[in-house]
Amino acid sequence: MPTDYDMIIVGAGPAGLTAGLYASRARVKTCCIERLSPGGQAALTARVENYPGIEELITGLELCQRMERQARSFGLEIVRDEVQHLETSREALDVQCASGLRRSRTIVVASGANSAALGVPGEKEFFGKGVSYCATCDGPFFKDLDVAVIGGGDSALDEALFLTRFCRRVYLVHRRAEFRAVKLLVERVAASAKIELVLNAALEKILGAEGVESIEVRDRTAGIARRIPVSGVFLYVGLSPNTGFLPASVRTDQKGYVITDEEMRTSVDCILAAGDVRHKSLRQIATAVGDGALAAMSAVKRLESEKTAQMKSEGGSIS
Amino acid sequence: MSALKPMAITEANFEAEVLKSSTPVMVDFWAEWCGPCRMIAPVVEEIAQEYAGRVKVCKVNVDENQSLASRYSIRSIPSLLIFKGGIVANQVIGAVPKAELIRRLDAVLKG
Repeated sequence: MPTDYDMIIVGAGPAGLTAGLYASRARVKTCCIERLSPGGQAALTARVENYPGIEELITGLELCQRMERQARSFGLEIVRDEVQHLETSREALDVQCASGLRRSRTIVVASGANSAALGVPGEKEFFGKGVSYCATCDGPFFKDLDVAVIGGGDSALDEALFLTRFCRRVYLVHRRAEFRAVKLLVERVAASAKIELVLNAALEKILGAEGVESIEVRDRTAGIARRIPVSGVFLYVGLSPNTGFLPASVRTDQKGYVITDEEMRTSVDCILAAGDVRHKSLRQIATAVGDGALAAMSAVKRLESEKTAQMKSEGGSIS
Repeated sequence: MSALKPMAITEANFEAEVLKSSTPVMVDFWAEWCGPCRMIAPVVEEIAQEYAGRVKVCKVNVDENQSLASRYSIRSIPSLLIFKGGIVANQVIGAVPKAELIRRLDAVLKG
């Protein structure tokens, strides 16, 4: 059964672009399918400070654009399309896209994740009217106003610091007593006069009329509710993996992240995964690119073993 | 035939080009600093070409047109407003995939 490609990569964030770079250099017929433009979640960040080798000021989008240019220079094909469904058939993998079907021998799932919703009243209603998941996009609309950032990880603290450029006051609300974020960020937040910490507090409601006017948080130790007047709420409470298109045969963990071995192999032969979509302990650009390289070369190895098997069965000799 | 690019709209020509347009208009509110806005830009360009003649596609830089942005209560970008007959018929907030944008556009064209 003819296939269109030897490798299809789903997603053109750092993981997908690195997989594409390695696959192209391995001269594998590859197609990277991206529904927006290359960048992934990295495009949401105003400054990448912790990517090894890059000390200069660079935005997440710029870094990914460099990765894209580099991969394209070795021949990577990137198409704008949306993968709706992935199916395994006996001979190949069927990638059903919005524009039609593409078949491939191997797939690298690098579809990443998106900001998870917290699921509190007012969150959906006020989306775009004060509720945001992107401080770099929307921060400037809250100039000289008070806002709240919900979360306790690197993203929440990073973005809270970013918002101090525009906002009058930033309430950093976290469920626990201590932040999960890296120490450097915790230090910067503590030193910032504009950031007020609201710890041991759970966000319960987002309130307002035309737009956000306040939030209600509950102190988890004393059980007391407190209303804080704010014009915006930025949520950084977690991620949700983009796996809706995967067949049930690809094993995922309880939260939906794809389980792989150390070679990025999933539970299905010829399907690999890389980046934030994977079950892993650290989701960073630095780990995504490592996954991407590994996944591509894992797929290359798989393709070569298939070719070897084919030659053996045809009676050819292998040198 | 040259590719049709989205028209840059300002306070000065908003009424003539958007509110008084005979066809529906999709207005992309964006800014230089906004990563997702730039990611969705090529999608918006494709739509400008594919819907040429049926929908006018425009862009408003919110940095340079703050009063326009606040007139339509834009507090989040990218925000794509679809105008029909001078009023907002539909609205998309966030960098959504092309298929979703087309769904919203087609709904306005039909209704």
